[in-house]
Amino acid sequence: MAAEKEAVKNEPALSDPEEEEEEDDEVAAKKHQQLVETLSTLAGGKRPRAAERTEASRYISEYDVGGGGANEKVLLSELLKPVSTSSALGSIRKQLSKVRQTKAVQLPLSKEENERVVREAAYTQTSQALAKWDPIVRQNRNAEQLVFPLQQDCVTVAPIEEVISNWKPRTPLEEEIFNLLHKTQQPVKDPLLTPHEKASLKAMSLEEAQLRRMELQRARALQSYYEAKARRERKIKSKKFHKLLRKGKSSKVLQEFEMLRKCNPEAALEQLEKMERARIEERMSLKHQNKGRWAKSTVIMAKYDLEARQAMQEQLARNKELTQKAQPTSDSEEDGKDLEADGGLVPDVINEGHVGVDPDNPWMLGKASAESKEEPRVPEDSVGDGMEEEEPTMSNEEALLQDFAERRQGLRCLQVTSEAQGLDGEEAALMLPDVLPPAPPSPGPEEPLLREKLERLRTLEDMEALEPEEVVQREQSVQSEGAEPLQPVQAELLSQADGGRTAAAKKTGKRQSLIDLKAVLADTSTSMQCPLVPRVVQDELESTTDQRQVIREAFASDNVVADFVKEKRRAEQDGKPKAVDLVLPGWGEWGGTGLQPSTKKRRRFLIKPAPGPPRKDQHLPHVIISEQRNISAAAHQVNQLPFPFESSQQFERSIQAPVGSTWNTQRAFQRLTAPQVITLPGHIIQPISAEDANLIRQTDQEKAAGQKPALDLISLSKCHDRRRASKKKSWKR
Amino acid sequence: MKVKVLSRNPDDYVRETKQDLQRVPRNYDPALHPFEAPREYVRALNATKLDRVFAKPFIASLDGHRDGVNCMAKHPQSLSTVLSGACDGEVRLWNLMKRECIRTLQAHEGFVRGMCTRFCGTSFFTVGDDKTVKHWKMEGPAYGEQEEPIHTILGKTVYTGIDHHLREPVFATCGHQVDIWNEQRTSPLCSLTWGVDSISSVKFNPIEMYLLGSCASDRNIVLYDMRQSTALKKVILDMRTNTLCWNPMEAFIFTAANEDYNLYTFDMRFLDKPLMVHMDHVSAVLDVDYSPTGKEFVSASFDKSIRIFPVDKGHSREVYHTKRMQHVITVKWTSDNKYILCGSDEMNIRLWKANASEKLGVLNPREKAAMQYNQKLKEKFQHHPQIKRIARHRHLPKIIYSQAKELRIMREARRRKELNRRKHSKPGSVPLMSEKKKHIVAVLK
Repeated sequence: MAAEKEAVKNEPALSDPEEEEEEDDEVAAKKHQQLVETLSTLAGGKRPRAAERTEASRYISEYDVGGGGANEKVLLSELLKPVSTSSALGSIRKQLSKVRQTKAVQLPLSKEENERVVREAAYTQTSQALAKWDPIVRQNRNAEQLVFPLQQDCVTVAPIEEVISNWKPRTPLEEEIFNLLHKTQQPVKDPLLTPHEKASLKAMSLEEAQLRRMELQRARALQSYYEAKARRERKIKSKKFHKLLRKGKSSKVLQEFEMLRKCNPEAALEQLEKMERARIEERMSLKHQNKGRWAKSTVIMAKYDLEARQAMQEQLARNKELTQKAQPTSDSEEDGKDLEADGGLVPDVINEGHVGVDPDNPWMLGKASAESKEEPRVPEDSVGDGMEEEEPTMSNEEALLQDFAERRQGLRCLQVTSEAQGLDGEEAALMLPDVLPPAPPSPGPEEPLLREKLERLRTLEDMEALEPEEVVQREQSVQSEGAEPLQPVQAELLSQADGGRTAAAKKTGKRQSLIDLKAVLADTSTSMQCPLVPRVVQDELESTTDQRQVIREAFASDNVVADFVKEKRRAEQDGKPKAVDLVLPGWGEWGGTGLQPSTKKRRRFLIKPAPGPPRKDQHLPHVIISEQRNISAAAHQVNQLPFPFESSQQFERSIQAPVGSTWNTQRAFQRLTAPQVITLPGHIIQPISAEDANLIRQTDQEKAAGQKPALDLISLSKCHDRRRASKKKSWKR
Repeated sequence: MKVKVLSRNPDDYVRETKQDLQRVPRNYDPALHPFEAPREYVRALNATKLDRVFAKPFIASLDGHRDGVNCMAKHPQSLSTVLSGACDGEVRLWNLMKRECIRTLQAHEGFVRGMCTRFCGTSFFTVGDDKTVKHWKMEGPAYGEQEEPIHTILGKTVYTGIDHHLREPVFATCGHQVDIWNEQRTSPLCSLTWGVDSISSVKFNPIEMYLLGSCASDRNIVLYDMRQSTALKKVILDMRTNTLCWNPMEAFIFTAANEDYNLYTFDMRFLDKPLMVHMDHVSAVLDVDYSPTGKEFVSASFDKSIRIFPVDKGHSREVYHTKRMQHVITVKWTSDNKYILCGSDEMNIRLWKANASEKLGVLNPREKAAMQYNQKLKEKFQHHPQIKRIARHRHLPKIIYSQAKELRIMREARRRKELNRRKHSKPGSVPLMSEKKKHIVAVLK
């Protein structure tokens, strides 16, 4: 505004000299001014008047800017100064300011470059989008088991009511069945109670039911009491009691019979018939034929036990009594026959002793004669004496046993410590128990125990001292210790003890060692003389001895232990580093036939190697440890550590853990052998989709939640079930 | 009164059927069953031997084509149906159960270059040398009807391959460019080009279905995005890639069958280096197809054999060949992961078992358990030399055998030469090049 005013003030000063000088122009200027004025009035706004020159200058600016000459620069800010004041030029001002801010537009990119940019952007975008599959892919790759197809059609179980309500009978048969069902009002929904059942439920009141229940309880209790009593009675072992009971019963019957005979003969007759019948039945039942288990056992026992013999005789008498009725007339004539017939019934063993003594079997007469009792007395007494003698020894035995048990405990503790000290010996003992030589029986109270615990009590010194000759020596010493003339049985027993294999043999050995050896042997010899010893048993003994003898003869040449020792010695010899003989006969001295290189040379050129490291099995007498590589086995062994394993231990562990059902339970076996990929036959496997991915994630979460162990199997069984359930086959026929 | 009796659970000793073995309670104390490892080793050895004894993979040969089989397609709904197109333009539909041809149609003049089925299984598409795309019904014409396609699209150039989208009515063809078509239209929705070259194969990604992969004859593999209708990236290999196949279980993995006898498995996010180079073929690999489980793939080669590779292994686990099988042009792995189909030059389609020694048909539970146990044993003892030797042993035709040997020698010679060069030049001037990186020429953005 100030500049404008100045311009207005300057006007008259400029115009005066011009008017004077240029008169021609005046008219035109006036006209122009008038035009401008009219225009300005028309526009109605103030218009800046053209600045008039107030000073002399070559360049006259339109605006009132001091033109300093050609060299001076015109600044935009200077130009804009007047504009800023005027509000009418606001839009231009804005445009100007914009122009000042924005730069020039560059040339558009070439088509190729443009495409390239688009491609790059699209590629990074898709790559990022694909990253969402990363966890799923990783999971599938690491999964222990994958079941394809991933999305299996689930079978939903519809409730039966729905199925039934939807179902309608069509065929006549179906209709008939339906009618029947409806007639009886058979319920289809829970609870499955027919109207009848419901009615019966309603019929009985609570009190009635309780009363009935109490009655039933009482009855049951009574029954159980009686049962218990009967059982108790039956369990009573006393034979006397039972005999009395039986006798009481029979006497009762007899009394009744007597009574009946007096008052009611007809009934008595009937009773008699009954008794007769009972007798016949008893006879038929073969009860007293001496063929039962009892009879057999008593036959065996008869030689030792007086009571048993008596019982046997009674039994025979009873048998006689029962059989007598069948042949009432024959007494003497058919004795022989009887004898023959009874030969089958009564074991020979019983009779044998007497057959030689007297031909008339007193037992067959039904009475035990005094003679017969007396005759076998002699051996029996001796047997009895033997038994009596043995009894105190047996009691002694028990004491001894206790003693030994205590000692054994002590020894066990010792063993534990010895095991802790040297496992090698222990292991060795466990490794080849069969090869171990039999322990020679030696004197001393501890010996039997040692034999009993053969493997454990053996010490390394014993093992080292193991030589076949020594074994022989020991055997000899033992025999000499026996001193007295050995009977075959004793030898047998000894050999059994030597064998130490069968349990029975062991038992006898043990027994024998516990009891005074000589006494027992004497006893056995006496019992051998007894004519009542069952021959069968004798034969058995003989046959076993024969067997042993035969086996021993057959394998007489086999000495496993000696062979092993030899083998070991050979292995030791082979294992030793050998001396290198570099002697050249004739080198440095005369040579030829009959000339030997001198000892000096020989000593000089014989290179003795350093003794190798001690053998690992030098303290293990029954083990040969060979460290040589077995070539035939090497073909089957892994040379290099396979890829995924990091150490040989790891690999070995993976091989050593068995997977077969021989070593694992069925469940573990299934889990161990579960296949990595399961595909269902006849099912199309679609490519994975987002839903499948979700599915996988869910299962993964479930897994993380915890039902880990059973899951694989469950899923397996599930899929099987599904397959079974949906018999959808894609194979179109 | 309490009565104590011995009671056993009948489940412990009662058999389900008479044929079952008697249940025997077993004591699993390891001391009672010693020598686990040796015994299992023997079992594993036997299992491996039996596996080889029973390895009879060839099932059937489908003959009927009058020219070499050029392409095949699986039916998306039916496992027993397979389609094949021959070099004389004939298309045949086969029933694998009956092993017979159920339909024959003359689709094109000249080669049937490519074919694909629609996802619903009611129709299929073929492209041929006569510059047409034809859409056919799966079912044959009724009596008296003419055998005619539903649609025919006439193009300007020869189409060399076709693939259908898995969910939408969209398919892609390739030739001079990759075209994306809607089934209802006669002009492509969009055409994708990057440079000028003939593209031999195009495949939709089966998981992320907007992605496409193609391979062209200028040795490159190009990936496209259908949504943005733009190419994504191009990788140039040593030699031409014939086909590629996407992994159906892993969205970003694909395998390319190359002319240089190798197959390359790529992660599409890192194209500068393949994940795995699969080598074993002794001639150009012509086709590749993934197993539906995505764990393995099968490749067909010009060397008259097909090979099965595990995805994560550099060498094949199986090789199939027969005396009469010529150059195998196309191969497919059936959707139930059980069989492999290959079509070859000598006009036959062959059906193989995917697992050579597998027993076909229903297995008893006991059989199945035994099979699984044997499988586990083989796996457990696979590093033992004898077992490895037996399991790896395959009979090969003399040509393949000698050629493989020759290749091995050549490779060794090259390796040795490189070693020597490195040894005799300035350290660092001959850099060590990994086998994976060696075959990648360039990756273009």
